[in-house]
Amino acid sequence: MFDSTIVSGILTIIIGVGGMLAYFWLSNLVLDKVIFPPKGKNIGRNINRANAVRPWLFTFPAIFALGLYLVVPVFYSIWLSVTSGVAQDGWYRNYEQIFLNQTFRVSLLNNLLWVLVVPAASTFFGLIAAQLTDRLSWGNIAKSLIFMPMAISFVGASLIWSFVYHPDMDIGVINAIRGLFGAEDGVTLIDGQVIDSFLLMVVLIWIQTGFAMVILSAALRGVPEDTVEAAIIDGANPFQVFFRIKVPQIRGTIMVVWTTITILVLKVYDIVAAMGNQYRNLEILPTQMMQYFDAGNYGFATAISVVIMILVLPVMFWNIRQARAEMR
Amino acid sequence: MDNIAGQKSGLTIVTHLATLALVILWVVPTLGLLITSLRDQDAISQTGWWEALQGSPQNYVVTIPADDQVQDGDLWRIETNVFDIDGLPSDIVERATVAGFGTSRLRGANTEPGETAEGSRDLTVTVEADGALVATSPEQFEDALVLPMSLVAPPQVTLENYAEVLTDMNAEERATARERGQSLDDMLFSDEALFGPFINTMTVAIPATIIPIVIAAFAAYALAWMDFPGRGLLIAIVVGLLVVPLQLAFVPLTIIHGWLGIGKSFLGIWLAHTGFGLPLAVYLLRNYMVGLPRDIIENAKVDGATDFEIFTKIVLPLSFPALASFAIFQFLWTWNDLLVASVFLPSDTESTVMTRFVVTNLLGSRGGEWHILAAAAFVMIAVPLLVFFAMQKYLVRGLLAGSVK
Repeated sequence: MFDSTIVSGILTIIIGVGGMLAYFWLSNLVLDKVIFPPKGKNIGRNINRANAVRPWLFTFPAIFALGLYLVVPVFYSIWLSVTSGVAQDGWYRNYEQIFLNQTFRVSLLNNLLWVLVVPAASTFFGLIAAQLTDRLSWGNIAKSLIFMPMAISFVGASLIWSFVYHPDMDIGVINAIRGLFGAEDGVTLIDGQVIDSFLLMVVLIWIQTGFAMVILSAALRGVPEDTVEAAIIDGANPFQVFFRIKVPQIRGTIMVVWTTITILVLKVYDIVAAMGNQYRNLEILPTQMMQYFDAGNYGFATAISVVIMILVLPVMFWNIRQARAEMR
Repeated sequence: MDNIAGQKSGLTIVTHLATLALVILWVVPTLGLLITSLRDQDAISQTGWWEALQGSPQNYVVTIPADDQVQDGDLWRIETNVFDIDGLPSDIVERATVAGFGTSRLRGANTEPGETAEGSRDLTVTVEADGALVATSPEQFEDALVLPMSLVAPPQVTLENYAEVLTDMNAEERATARERGQSLDDMLFSDEALFGPFINTMTVAIPATIIPIVIAAFAAYALAWMDFPGRGLLIAIVVGLLVVPLQLAFVPLTIIHGWLGIGKSFLGIWLAHTGFGLPLAVYLLRNYMVGLPRDIIENAKVDGATDFEIFTKIVLPLSFPALASFAIFQFLWTWNDLLVASVFLPSDTESTVMTRFVVTNLLGSRGGEWHILAAAAFVMIAVPLLVFFAMQKYLVRGLLAGSVK
């Protein structure tokens, strides 16, 4: 079994990857040698035509995959959310039903909390970490260590933090620290109170701070030295230099970091699924959506996914505007 | 900036300390679980991982037989070594030292090794750290001596937890299985073992990294260097799709995959990861390729090279840093994914990935067994951490190419 798994795995990889390379190579070969060969009496016309077709050969697989896996589903989901399930009695019924549901409203509220807290905290800690490590002799080592959680899966990170939060004073660090201050018994930190969401958010903040730090520290390096020197000569203290001179100059990058993390937060599912799955109070929209999806209730599932989409829309428009401005 | 007037050296110390505090805060959670994964199952439940280096004293009650007593003047005397007595676990006997002892079970092991403890009826007992015991009494010993003893074993690094989580058998069960003639293959691929999901994770992650990168590289080249109608619109669509929530795709794709006959399978999840990873890949690679020097590409065109040749021979090699950074990203993302795997892969152990296996199988039923959970966590994050530390340079470069202008 061991051998056959490995062999079939390698074989499928070769077929999949090889087939794709063959597509690009053969399609270009056919275009140049068979359909529009750059010779004979039509040489000029043929070269032009080949060059007009080629971009589509290059982009076709990407357009196809993006279309099938992202564009079509957006419209299909919207369609399903107004036609399937209870929507057969009226297009708005799926939405009406989910909004009437208490757990949905809790998860919407929780999601808003996540979106408010996590990007803000990650960006803040990232900014502090970037500034602290900036000119330190061991700054790069410190950066690597703070950046490391980026490589850890959300599930892995959830395990790591469940361990930190463990109620036993001989297992969980937090309860052990409480013990140092005289506490006798360990407390269960995550027990389904809405406030526990913050303990789950810590996990994502822990992961994302490194990301924010790396980008912001590059931006801080780009702040012109003379503005800083001028401020120091004028008698600004280090805090004023940081908050009044440096931060305003990297505001654009801070916004980029903030948005990127916001998008990520709206997609996050794993942490709540791993750490809080038995508590309805800790649910967020993606976990709600997955419950309906697993239960085969496609009407409610698509309605919730459309709600998530609507929450992301402003960020999407901002992104496109930003990208277009850069391209000019 | 240390040489600029007004900068205080006191602030430098504060910076060092604050950074150190931050680093400790960020590293400690992972470190704790790593140490735990290497500790003995009993040790985990008895002391915190932060005490792992000290070794953990464990209390035993040792029964010293009175058979070998000798008369020495007025006194009766027993000389023996605690570790020669039957009844102690063998690994303790081999490695431990005495941390304390006593003469009364009620008062426990309250005497330091090397000192003398006194018991009732003028009994004296001395135990050295190495276990050498001398007991004396004015009367002949009638019964065996029952002494509380605190033994401490030096911390021991064990890979047993990893073996257990990968095979779902502890040392004893593995020994019996071997006697019954089970091969290593059978053990690794048993239903509850983590090894199968580990291989599955690889089977998901490797093609799901390579396929989108090839597709995206061609598309990125076209979007960066070829002139065709609709190019600007295509770029805008890619940027817009960067933020489309995955959830939107699940219901439609379940239906579409059903029509196509793909169902829940590795092929389905590769395609899904390809579709979901493409916007970022095209965006990153196009941004990078557009920055390549125009001269090289135009010179090659003048020399009669086709776009296909320019792409494969010039642009692709020059784009290595961007390709590497996206490859790392996509690999980390597909390796660490739980959501896409829950939708596109069957949930049986034969095809499930580690993240899902841990959430559904381990967290629920073995939630309290930290020796299993800690080892599972590290099997799960070992490969990404290796990739991360080996290729960090490229990861950072990719992040910066995409985010900072």
